[in-house]
Amino acid sequence: MPAFILRRLLQSVLVMLTVALVSFGLFRFIGDPVNNMVGQEATMAERAALRESLGLDDPVPVQFLRFVVNAAQGEFGVSYRMARPVADVIAERLPATLELALISGFGALALGIALGVYTALRRDGWLSHAIMSLSLVGVSLPTFLIGILLIYVFAVELKLLPAFGRGEVVDLGWWTTGLLTTSGLKSLVMPAITLGLYQLTLIMRLVRAEMLEVLRTDYIKFARARGLTDRTVHFGHALRNTLLPVITITGLQIGSIIAFAIITETVFQWPGVGLLFITAVQFVDIPVMAAYLVLIALIFVVINLIVDLLYFVVDPRLRVQRTGRGQ
Amino acid sequence: MNKTRLALALPFALATLASVAAAPAAAQTVRWAAAGDALTMDPHSQNEGPTHVMNHQVYDSLVFRDQAMKLAPRLATAWKITEDPNVWEFKLREGVKYHNGNPFTADDVVFSIQRAKHENSDMKGLLTSVVEVVKVDEHTVRMRTDGPNPLLPNNLTNLFIMDREWSEANKVMLPQNYKAGDETFAVRNANGTGPFRLVKREPDVRTELERNEDYWGKGTYPMEVAKVVFTPVRSAATRVAALLSGEVDFLLDPPVQDLERLSAAKGIVVRSGPENRTIFLGMNQGAAELRSADVKGRNPFADKRVRAAMNIAINRDAVKRVVMRGQSVPAGIVAPPFIDGYDKAMDVVPAPDVARAKALLAEAGYPNGFAVTLSCPNDRYVNDEAICQAVTGMFGQIGVKARLDARPKSIHFAELPKGELDLYMLGWGVPTMDSHYVFHYLYETRTDKGGSWNVTGYSSAKVDELTKAMNREIDLGKRAGMVAEVWKTVQDDVVYLPIHHQMLNWAMKDDIDFPVQSENYPYFKLLKYRK
Repeated sequence: MPAFILRRLLQSVLVMLTVALVSFGLFRFIGDPVNNMVGQEATMAERAALRESLGLDDPVPVQFLRFVVNAAQGEFGVSYRMARPVADVIAERLPATLELALISGFGALALGIALGVYTALRRDGWLSHAIMSLSLVGVSLPTFLIGILLIYVFAVELKLLPAFGRGEVVDLGWWTTGLLTTSGLKSLVMPAITLGLYQLTLIMRLVRAEMLEVLRTDYIKFARARGLTDRTVHFGHALRNTLLPVITITGLQIGSIIAFAIITETVFQWPGVGLLFITAVQFVDIPVMAAYLVLIALIFVVINLIVDLLYFVVDPRLRVQRTGRGQ
Repeated sequence: MNKTRLALALPFALATLASVAAAPAAAQTVRWAAAGDALTMDPHSQNEGPTHVMNHQVYDSLVFRDQAMKLAPRLATAWKITEDPNVWEFKLREGVKYHNGNPFTADDVVFSIQRAKHENSDMKGLLTSVVEVVKVDEHTVRMRTDGPNPLLPNNLTNLFIMDREWSEANKVMLPQNYKAGDETFAVRNANGTGPFRLVKREPDVRTELERNEDYWGKGTYPMEVAKVVFTPVRSAATRVAALLSGEVDFLLDPPVQDLERLSAAKGIVVRSGPENRTIFLGMNQGAAELRSADVKGRNPFADKRVRAAMNIAINRDAVKRVVMRGQSVPAGIVAPPFIDGYDKAMDVVPAPDVARAKALLAEAGYPNGFAVTLSCPNDRYVNDEAICQAVTGMFGQIGVKARLDARPKSIHFAELPKGELDLYMLGWGVPTMDSHYVFHYLYETRTDKGGSWNVTGYSSAKVDELTKAMNREIDLGKRAGMVAEVWKTVQDDVVYLPIHHQMLNWAMKDDIDFPVQSENYPYFKLLKYRK
């Protein structure tokens, strides 16, 4: 097991290097930051001098190498836009994104499994049909539209929830949280729904399909024949066997809701890393973009590692094989 | 016994009084939003609109543009050219204190001008003519320029005065150097003499200001706002929703497409005014041949008749009506109406005339027109890409097949200075409020010294000479003559194709009385509430 984890971590370094290399190859196509950094009165010579001092004229491999060497020392440079160290800025923004992503992710998982099981067991109930039809809305509507719709209904018309921002946050020193204040919690509702709705419907449909599949198998029939209660059959045998694909999908989805909360964060002005990234792209803030993309790569790698470890917990066959081979 | 009771009652009574006095003030919090945040609080690090807006609340400049765009006294009470035409003298306001209590003196002005002239400063471009700043006495400074400079005060409207002692104590004697790495103290902290003090600064999230109760301008300006809370909101739809739902009181940049809806909403008003920015197209007339044109061996734009044909192909009223929903002022000149040297007679909008444009093209040897690429930004000016689309169709009517290439501003403005675009869109504002600024950047021959935004290849010895000369002319009558002559020359040469002057719109709750300021600087000290 430790060897497995170590191997995966080494792979992750490779993944991050590749991501950094690809992004540096792309940065040259998104424009020139110097124009955003000086006023319109700056002369050509002044612009050239700034470009030179930032090393923007160097060939891509040189810029890439400089980034890797600095990053290895924990040095990500200074944001061109905010004139502050990138590491500070990202550390300040990360709690907002993680709180939003984890709450909407786990909310979607819990509700998705519950609804998926329900609709599989009561296939022909009117409530199941209603849930299934409604879930189509979740998969088919784009995120920004759901966000705008929610804002229109709950902020503009009903004036129940705030249209933007994170509300009041409590600073714990190493983490800022909006979970401890009323305004923080109210601010979280709409972004969490917007971000989680797609995952919710995805998980629900997946669980339902898998459940239906499993319920048809022989061992469920035998379990029933043994006279086990419905409860044991459904949750002890059927649900457990549907979870493997659900875990895989959820893992991938959690990664992508952290990484791609960009749209939700923009619609709700949620002060997380996604909003930071999109603003950086517009400004051509290369240090922020580079650090963000590498961080996202890291998050994906770590989540996939956790997913792989979860397989061992859920699927006893894997444990048996491993130990069997070990003997 | 009685004494004790009085002693107990007195503070209570005072507190009640105080709370009564404070109650209306507490209500007067302005929460406002705009798409982007200030980049830094360091007043000399960035020469950029949103950054200046924030610094204008916290810091004071020597002079500023009031609501009527007139130069008005601020930390300087009077200014004049001395007997030596190369020296300006500024009388400074007395009894002014910084937010930390330090007194404001001539030393601070000398320090701030020098700081702004430093290599790291982004404001240095406006101070190139200043060679020396000297303190005469505690409340007088003199600035020596490298020749007579009649417009020096025009260049000081965004030049904020910092406290020398505070800067020394916090090691921010110089503006931040991007290369150096670390954040300096002045990026998120400020100590100005301005109408508001900085209470909380979370970049990109929230900035809180509180009224400076000791402000020197307390009797001069309304100063009704007690607290200013700024939150940047990137998404336009969310910004509008925030105003509609009552979460913000004031929007600096409501999107054009939502203006009607906002005006119709209960309790919200939209105020409009001309903006200090003209949108126009530039044509590369200096190159031997155009890169993107199907005409080889010669450059159609080098022929004045072609440029004139392009000019009358554009239906500016249609652009205003259809693309801008009425929110623009069609233009015939590349300068907004309120600057010195603007002449209404020059700003005549050319009437669209397709037949005549075609005739001009035929005369120039292009009876079937030609093809060329039109390069536009798509996230810089109001409806920039849509304007270009409309204009592309209009050029098509006279046979000029324009291919639209609309790209983000960071790419458009990286390409532009290379001087390789054949036909491009640009917008220009005039912070000094004087025609010289337009000539110097847009019409002068492009060299290290000037014409840095003239990427048309246009070069006129007469324009160059007059532009340089007018900057040294202190006889204002003579100077005006020179300005008029340059305008006449460049208008005759059809160097640019002006489209319109942009309009500014501010949306706010209807109990706020806050007319639009054409530089797009909301001075919250000037905001008044309707009673």
